[in-house]
Amino acid sequence: MKQSVTLGKVTKFMGLGFLSTFKDLFTGKLEKEDYKAFLRKVIVPVASVLLFLGLWHLGAKALYNVEAEFRIEKALNEQGQAAADDMAACIASGDTSCQPNTLPSPSQVWTSFQSLLNDHALISADKAAFKEKTAALNEKRVAEGKDPIVYTGRPSFVDQIFRSLKTVFAGFFLALLIAVPLGIFIGLSPTLKSAFNWFIQIFKPVSPVVWYLLVFMIVKTLLIDSSEDSSFSISFIAVGLCSMWATLVNTSMGVSSVDKDYINVAKVLKLGNFQKVFKIILPSSLPLIFTGLKITLSVAWMVLIAIELLAQSPGLGLFVWEEFQNGANDSNAKIIVAMFVIGIIGFLLDRLMLSIQNWVSFEKTDAI
Amino acid sequence: MAYLELNNVYKTYGTDENATEVLSNINLSIEEGEFVAIVGFTGSGKTTLVNLINGLLEPTKGEVLFKGKPVEGTSHERGVIFQNYSLLPWLTVEQNVLMAVKEAFPKREKAVYKRKAAYYIDMVGLTPAINKLPKELSGGMRQRVAVARALSMKPDMIIMDEPLGALDALTRGTLQDQILNIWGKDKRTALLITNDVDEGIYMADRIIPLRPGPNATLGPEFKIDIERPRDKTAMNDNPNYKKTRNAIIEYLMDIGEERKSQVSEAFLLPDLAPKDFVNQFR
Ligand SMILES: Nc1ncnc2c1ncn2[C@@H]1O[C@H](COP(=O)(O)OP(=O)(O)OP(=O)(O)O)[C@@H](O)[C@H]1O
Ligand SMILES: [Mg+2]
Repeated sequence: MKQSVTLGKVTKFMGLGFLSTFKDLFTGKLEKEDYKAFLRKVIVPVASVLLFLGLWHLGAKALYNVEAEFRIEKALNEQGQAAADDMAACIASGDTSCQPNTLPSPSQVWTSFQSLLNDHALISADKAAFKEKTAALNEKRVAEGKDPIVYTGRPSFVDQIFRSLKTVFAGFFLALLIAVPLGIFIGLSPTLKSAFNWFIQIFKPVSPVVWYLLVFMIVKTLLIDSSEDSSFSISFIAVGLCSMWATLVNTSMGVSSVDKDYINVAKVLKLGNFQKVFKIILPSSLPLIFTGLKITLSVAWMVLIAIELLAQSPGLGLFVWEEFQNGANDSNAKIIVAMFVIGIIGFLLDRLMLSIQNWVSFEKTDAI
Repeated sequence: MAYLELNNVYKTYGTDENATEVLSNINLSIEEGEFVAIVGFTGSGKTTLVNLINGLLEPTKGEVLFKGKPVEGTSHERGVIFQNYSLLPWLTVEQNVLMAVKEAFPKREKAVYKRKAAYYIDMVGLTPAINKLPKELSGGMRQRVAVARALSMKPDMIIMDEPLGALDALTRGTLQDQILNIWGKDKRTALLITNDVDEGIYMADRIIPLRPGPNATLGPEFKIDIERPRDKTAMNDNPNYKKTRNAIIEYLMDIGEERKSQVSEAFLLPDLAPKDFVNQFR
């Protein structure tokens, strides 16, 4: 007995000694692993971004040259050598009047981005000044029961972003308010399910443009007396209707496919219908509901641009469209800036929903 | 009149050509205060039988009577410990038990519920894990939560579907004693499904084998005439114990053999065997 204990101690000791040398080895190896992970997680993405920018730059340059040569050629053919020389000189001088209008280079886009920010700073300052100027007057008007005077100047790019976000969240909450309760009812009742099935199958694939037109038809009539601008309502309702299908389908699926064991528990405990829905069915389908909401938000953001553009509702979609129509020298660069902003915000929204989804899923996280 | 009675009960799953008769002609009666164990092979229809008794399933034919009245749906009078625990994964240990307590004793104060839940959680030795989620527990701990949940409703009859299957021998022994304690204290009625003959002998007044399905029926019952409280070590020397144990195991082995031979004969002589040849083993 005693012997075995000492033996155990010794092996433990030896084990520890062995472990500590092993640990060194291991940490050495770990460092190597870390280095590899660093390479994979930091160096490779940075390199790929640089490669992307490089290719973009070269591509933009090539397109620029094609267009410049075409312009010189055209001038030569139509007006002769002198005009062609003028054109070449004009293009080389960087004069905005004759610049080739094509895919902007990364540096042009960066410049536009900064000019958009500057523009925002100017407009904000202007707005603040306006507010200050009208503060006293507005107070008086409100006291008299009149509407206060509001700033009606041009919105900046950053304002457009926030308006788009407002529209997308309004549409998202509309989708949530319709799709989650409806999905629960459809999931609970096979009768409702067969009643709604054709409806879902047919309307799910309808394109955002058509949804917009439909909502336009209805809302225009509903708001016929109102002097209000209906473009915001139309666009957020259309966004909501376009994007709610994923939540509707996922919610009804989650509700109708609750684990039979949980239903048996509800029966054995004799939970009432209300309790059964709120204590068993909803918690167990929350992960699927949130999967649906995540898809809904990303669809909402994607269709938003097209719908804003159609509805002439202020926001990034309208910004892109106006820049395109505008055809100013830096319009193309601004459109590309908007493209990146749209992409990055979409990515952030997706991350946001993913973390909420992980949080409610009882398989992975700690508590609801 | 028996406390629980099953008369000529049949249970068929599916319809028409997909129909399989899992249980056929089950007759069982359990007296008030009795502890009955049913032993059977896997897949023989034990869970199906349990669900018929607790009211989750309805018999295709025949009747299930509890206290003289037909069983219609579930009831708080019959507590169930499910074979697969069936804990709600989004609730903690305490919340799982609380949910049952609240349903069984409506309109009490919150502190009363908490105290009751704590009492039963303590009884199964899970007080340290009271705020854990089921996925943070071992299989045996989950099983104990299920036991606490069922007992916390103070049912008149406890129906247990292989409740201790996932436990190690030591924990199993303690929980067996705890279940016996509770059963004996208020003289409740208990039905235990098990695949362990020794567990059945230690705990039950009667052991009834369920013959292998399909068309499973109950075999002859074996009375356990050993005085309570029983002692595991002393029981080994009890001549009664040895006799009963041997008889049950022999019976189970026989029907096991029968099942095997049925299957192999049917495969070996598919065309030659006349119908009666297979049937005579039934
Ligand atoms: N809902 C169902 N639909 C169709 N067949 C079923 C259903 N439930 C069980 N069965 C069948 O009934 C038979 C008995 O199942 P049951 O679960 O009652 O067995 P068991 O004795 O509890 O087995 P185990 O010891 O593995 O728990 C099995 O052949 C199974 O395939
Ligand atoms: Mg079973």
